[in-house]
Amino acid sequence: MKKLLRYLADYKKECLLGPLFKVLEVIFELLVPLVVASLIDRGIGGGDRSHIIRMALLMVLLAAVGLTSTLIAQFFAARAAVGFAAKLRHALMAHIQRMTYSDLDRAGTSELITRMTGDVNQVQTGVNLAIRLLTRSPIIVFGAMIMAFTVDFKSALVFAGVIPLLAAVVLTVMLVTIPMYRKVQGQLDTVTDATRDTLDGVRAIRAFRLEARETAKFREKNSLLTAMQEKVGSIAALMNPATYVLLNGAVILLLFIGALRVDSGRLTQGAVIALYNYMSQILVELIKLANLIITLNKTAACGDRIAAVLETGGEPETAARTPDISPEDAGSVVFEGVSFTYPDAAAPALSDISFTAKRGEVIGIIGGTGSGKSTLASLIPRFYEPTEGRILIDGIPAAEYEKPALRARIGVVPQKALLFRGTIRDNLLWGNPAADDSVLQTALETAQAAEIVRAKAKGLDEPVAEGGRNFSGGQRQRLTIARALVRQPAFLILDDSASALDYATDLRLRQALRALPDRPTVFIVSQRTASIQHADRILVLEDGHTAGIGTHEALLETCPVYREIYASQFPKEVC
Amino acid sequence: MADTRKPSGQARTLRRVLHYAARFRKHLVLTLVLAVITVALTLLIPILVGRAIDGMAGRGLVNFSAVGRVLAAVGISVLLTALAQWSMSLLNNRMAFRIVRQIRNQAFANLQTLPVAYFDGHPTGETVSRMISDADQFADGLLMGFTQLFTGVLTILGTLGFMFSVHAGITLVVLLMTPLSLFAAAFIAKRTYAMFDLQARTRAEQTACINETIGGQRVIQAFSRETAVLSEFDEINERLRAVSQTATFYSSLTNPVTRFINALVYAAVGVTGALAAVSGRMTVGGLSCFLSYANQYTKPFNEISGVMTELQNALACADRVFALIDAQPEQPDPADAAVLTDAKGSIEFSHISFSYVPERPLIEDCSVSVRPGQRVAIVGPTGCGKTTLINLLMRFYDVRDGAILADGTDIRQITRASLRAGIGMVLQETWLAHTTVRENIRMGKPDATDEEVIAAAKEAHAHSFIRRLPQGYDTVISDRSGSLSQGQRQLLCIARLMLCLPPVLILDEATSSIDTRTEQKIQSAFRRMMQGRTSFIVAHRLSTIQEADCILVMKDGSIIEQGTHESLVRQGGFYAELYRAQFAQ
Repeated sequence: MKKLLRYLADYKKECLLGPLFKVLEVIFELLVPLVVASLIDRGIGGGDRSHIIRMALLMVLLAAVGLTSTLIAQFFAARAAVGFAAKLRHALMAHIQRMTYSDLDRAGTSELITRMTGDVNQVQTGVNLAIRLLTRSPIIVFGAMIMAFTVDFKSALVFAGVIPLLAAVVLTVMLVTIPMYRKVQGQLDTVTDATRDTLDGVRAIRAFRLEARETAKFREKNSLLTAMQEKVGSIAALMNPATYVLLNGAVILLLFIGALRVDSGRLTQGAVIALYNYMSQILVELIKLANLIITLNKTAACGDRIAAVLETGGEPETAARTPDISPEDAGSVVFEGVSFTYPDAAAPALSDISFTAKRGEVIGIIGGTGSGKSTLASLIPRFYEPTEGRILIDGIPAAEYEKPALRARIGVVPQKALLFRGTIRDNLLWGNPAADDSVLQTALETAQAAEIVRAKAKGLDEPVAEGGRNFSGGQRQRLTIARALVRQPAFLILDDSASALDYATDLRLRQALRALPDRPTVFIVSQRTASIQHADRILVLEDGHTAGIGTHEALLETCPVYREIYASQFPKEVC
Repeated sequence: MADTRKPSGQARTLRRVLHYAARFRKHLVLTLVLAVITVALTLLIPILVGRAIDGMAGRGLVNFSAVGRVLAAVGISVLLTALAQWSMSLLNNRMAFRIVRQIRNQAFANLQTLPVAYFDGHPTGETVSRMISDADQFADGLLMGFTQLFTGVLTILGTLGFMFSVHAGITLVVLLMTPLSLFAAAFIAKRTYAMFDLQARTRAEQTACINETIGGQRVIQAFSRETAVLSEFDEINERLRAVSQTATFYSSLTNPVTRFINALVYAAVGVTGALAAVSGRMTVGGLSCFLSYANQYTKPFNEISGVMTELQNALACADRVFALIDAQPEQPDPADAAVLTDAKGSIEFSHISFSYVPERPLIEDCSVSVRPGQRVAIVGPTGCGKTTLINLLMRFYDVRDGAILADGTDIRQITRASLRAGIGMVLQETWLAHTTVRENIRMGKPDATDEEVIAAAKEAHAHSFIRRLPQGYDTVISDRSGSLSQGQRQLLCIARLMLCLPPVLILDEATSSIDTRTEQKIQSAFRRMMQGRTSFIVAHRLSTIQEADCILVMKDGSIIEQGTHESLVRQGGFYAELYRAQFAQ
């Protein structure tokens, strides 16, 4: 949490002035019992009606000045808290933009979203309350005590005694219940999971006739939850009665001492009332303080989680140059003994991969689920860095490229065809913001996507909904291919990105790619032998190892894994 | 939804709530009694303190025995109040938590009886939120809210009563100033609402942007769009900051403003009380008592307005939870339903018609007869009704017309449990329980030994990856961790089926996420498994279904072709077209 405080730095003024005006408000509030005491002693005791009215007007004045101070304080608090949250969100978003794929894997998409929404909101609330109440409550508590001492030293000793006792009770109950509440939350999550499980698995549960077992298991979890809630509830319920008894015990003691001191003439009746009023003010603020501490505790936890994200990866670029590419090496990709292990994974996803691709070649990458095909493809644009070996792009070690410069040469079509809110044109321009409509049109033709745009009333200006929901899977795939082509890339990576296309369209797409004037080097990752069998070279992967490299015909001869994959899809021709 | 309901609907919901509370009738009565005691004693204490202060008029004028007696009374009242408060909290907690438990149990039990159509029609998240957060809010809002409302009203009335008994004139002053506080609160609430609304909309916009950006982060980086995305985000962020600042400020006005009005009331009581005391119509102790009443008098008003919105909200939540409990269960098995034992596996669809929505007919007058041990493949484009046939066979849905016969008996005359026990299925959407791999495989045959489990896993080609899991067969499967790939999950479901082996098998895209080579290996196991069993196979991949005894080609809800692979290809119809489309070079 502390590390986040630098985002508050721009709001130093607000963070100082807010509490300052809060202190003013408290001071005016603490003066009221003294005014009342004077009203009673001089006004009633002395029968001075004009004094009574003066004192009443003074009370109204104090209240009005107090209100003004509060409003100013609240304004500064809101400004600082909201501004802080906005800065935090910006910092998070900027940091996420710098994260590597490994960082993103580790952080998790849904967790990052929670950090940016729920957690930041909690921090905002916490900071707002802290500015407003963190000064108010303690100052009222201790201010009341100090005022009591100015009224009468001996009687005020009761305050000095009861405040620590009250604080001890409040703190004990809190310290005991906070971890218990955390456990209750955990158990509630279990109950939620059980509900979700039964909803998602309804067909399987019915098929295996597990209804009664599911219900029994749920009852058990639910009862445990109730038991835990009742237990922590009964402890939390002690807070109010216990503080009430303590405080009123103190009032009794105060009145008793007051009686003695009034009798001996060292204290007036009005002063006793003032002391009594100060005592009443303490309790409310102490409870508020306790709740504030709970909120701040939560805030600190959220803040720590946010700080952890800001510390996750996102290292600055190490190599920051755009190397000179020699014409004979341009468009080539060389893997030299490349291995890669995902962070926190036990086994490598790729082991000792070596191959060469020359400009204009089409390289097919095939293999079973989890064989490392996509991992291999994502090493080329440096989404991940190899753990061993090296990759040469255009004859230059990929690690020496500045990432944006490297990626600008590569058109990537990811497995998940994702479009973004905006228009079709907006989405295509991602490939190259400077591209004109003729470039877009050529890319659409090559990607077999021109008909999609033609069918839309607004053409290129047709709106795209979040994630591209308003297009079918096949349409999205073709548009994402077009998006990559707009870049006129030197390298094109198609990561299983024709899976939703029918065989005929897939064929036309491959032919169009072959005919591209820039002759990009194309990598096609696929499970379908039909998509890659005409590639210049096919890389067969099994469990991250190279099972074979060669042309379709050669592999059918030499590579049993390839033969099996092929046979499973074209049984007739092999049998 | 509740807000469009007529008041009579709300009244009905309220009656339902009372019905649940009725089980805790004694609790409820006791709570109310305790609430009365608490309020009365809390109000008594300022009076007693006032008397004690009256007992100490000045130097040498202190009446020690009177003060002592009063202070003793204060002590007793305080202890009683604390006791009453504590018991009340315990009772309230117990009542609220147990009612929630009961409601959740009922809702969950009812979920197990609802027709599958309910689950297909209601998003999971919605039902979960009804069971979890709505149930919680219902208990918090209605039960806690109710006691809060009760004590609040009681406190106001009690305070006014006590004040009247002490001094009618000052009480009138207080009464006249009451609406001021209410008006101020309402005024601020109305202003705040508009701000909050704008804030909520801007926040939703930002959340959508965050979702899209973080969800598409990899694509953003692939296209080096980081700066562009960030500046788009910053624009929304700045708008949110501006509106949040105003909203936060406005919403924080309520407390200080009511506190200010409270201070006005306090001053008014002070001045009128003091003037009355000067003319001897009131004691100083009485004034002290009045001042503390004035301090606490306006508080319940703020609470009550809060409680009222909470009650409304709670009632709406209750409505949603009750809708879940009241959802119509599926038609129970008839009393004389047959128990299907030793099924032979003959299945006949006889002139069945079915549709999910009446307006859109799906299956019309469809008939198929399957002999025991036959292997039936169902083929056709997406949405043609393949999965529907299986839904009907499993009685997840019932036919509208016609009948499905198992071993010659209408399946509606067979208990669902025995029918489903006779049919084993692997679906495209895998479902694994939140328990160990071993328990998941054992699901269809709870008494299977470990050896049998391992044998089934080997058969399904799942053994090798299970062994590589952190705790092998004892690894707990969790949806969240995503530790298993979709293909691996399907393999586990296949192992589950391999273990229990019922007479009829359904494989609905059972290998869609498994690569073709592993699939090829499983096929041999499938073939052995299907030996002598009636099986239904739905698949997109024609290669997996070529060996079927009978292929049903479906289109638009009806079976348009029926026969073996060879005969259908020769026939040159729709199937032949599909076949060619897949292997067109």
